[in-house]
Amino acid sequence: MKQLFGTLFLATLLWASSPLAVAGEAQLVAEDPVLEKRVMALAEELRCLKCQNNTLADSPSELAHDLLREIRTLMQSGKSDAEVVAYLVDRYGEYVRFRPSMNQTTVLLWFGPLILLVGGAIVLLIVMVRRRKRIAASVPLSDAERTRAAMLLNNRTNDGERETGA
Amino acid sequence: MLRFLVPLGIFAALVAFLWVGLGKDPSLVPSPLIGKPAPAFRVAQLHDANSQIGSADMLGKVWLLNVWASWCASCRHEHPLFMELARARLVPIYGLNYKDKREDGVNWLSQLGDPYVVSAFDADGRVGIDYGVYGVPETYVIDRQGIIRYKHVGPVTMEALQTKILPLVKELEKI
Repeated sequence: MKQLFGTLFLATLLWASSPLAVAGEAQLVAEDPVLEKRVMALAEELRCLKCQNNTLADSPSELAHDLLREIRTLMQSGKSDAEVVAYLVDRYGEYVRFRPSMNQTTVLLWFGPLILLVGGAIVLLIVMVRRRKRIAASVPLSDAERTRAAMLLNNRTNDGERETGA
Repeated sequence: MLRFLVPLGIFAALVAFLWVGLGKDPSLVPSPLIGKPAPAFRVAQLHDANSQIGSADMLGKVWLLNVWASWCASCRHEHPLFMELARARLVPIYGLNYKDKREDGVNWLSQLGDPYVVSAFDADGRVGIDYGVYGVPETYVIDRQGIIRYKHVGPVTMEALQTKILPLVKELEKI
């Protein structure tokens, strides 16, 4: 009995891993591997509007499936990557791109961080220059004040030593 | 005083932007087709495979294009509203039966009632792609010149109908 189960188990494993089990998916790629590679590379750049954080390449939705088919057909008819993207943007809007193109509405998106960085640097510079000026403008210590300060500092360190000594 | 007020002001503005962003529905993507000619199509009718229906047939009137399917639960939800709208004869509604089986689509309409003047049959979803359909149901308002004026994603509600769609239709019919 045990042996029978063993053989069955092995047979199931063999069957599951046989190329027959994945034939349906493999066929499409086999038709034209170069084109399929191009389709999938472009699909990585495009958003599936159905499940918005997925690319067309890894979305399981039917819409993504249909759009991949559409991209495949367009590429087969000789359209360039840019033309395919334009085709989708015309229908679904700029949002299908994961990397938005540069235009009037996306300028802030592209340069916003840079503007913030430069703005921050300018503020920092102003603060530093003002501080330096304030330090330069402050009245320097007189000799008497300097000796008193040194004495106070010395006392402090002596105190410390005495404490640790005891 | 200013050195506290300026950062506080910037912070308040940031909070305001984020707050508004929170209230928005990310599944609503503005259509690039608004204000553009409705993509031309000519496909078979749902009820009659031998007759065709095309966007050009509707030129000269203001009409609604409602994308629906028998497998779409939200379509069932909005369906009574369309029945009522059809009965009121305020605006002709054309259906686009999207990625459906002909038989299922016909059955769905015979069971629930058919609010559509005609339903176009888009078995493989090609027309849907041209219209940028990404979630059924979707409803388009198209004017006399065949320009898309409005797009509603998701089931049409009474509120959307009364505040947006019908006033727009009335407006467009005056032109």
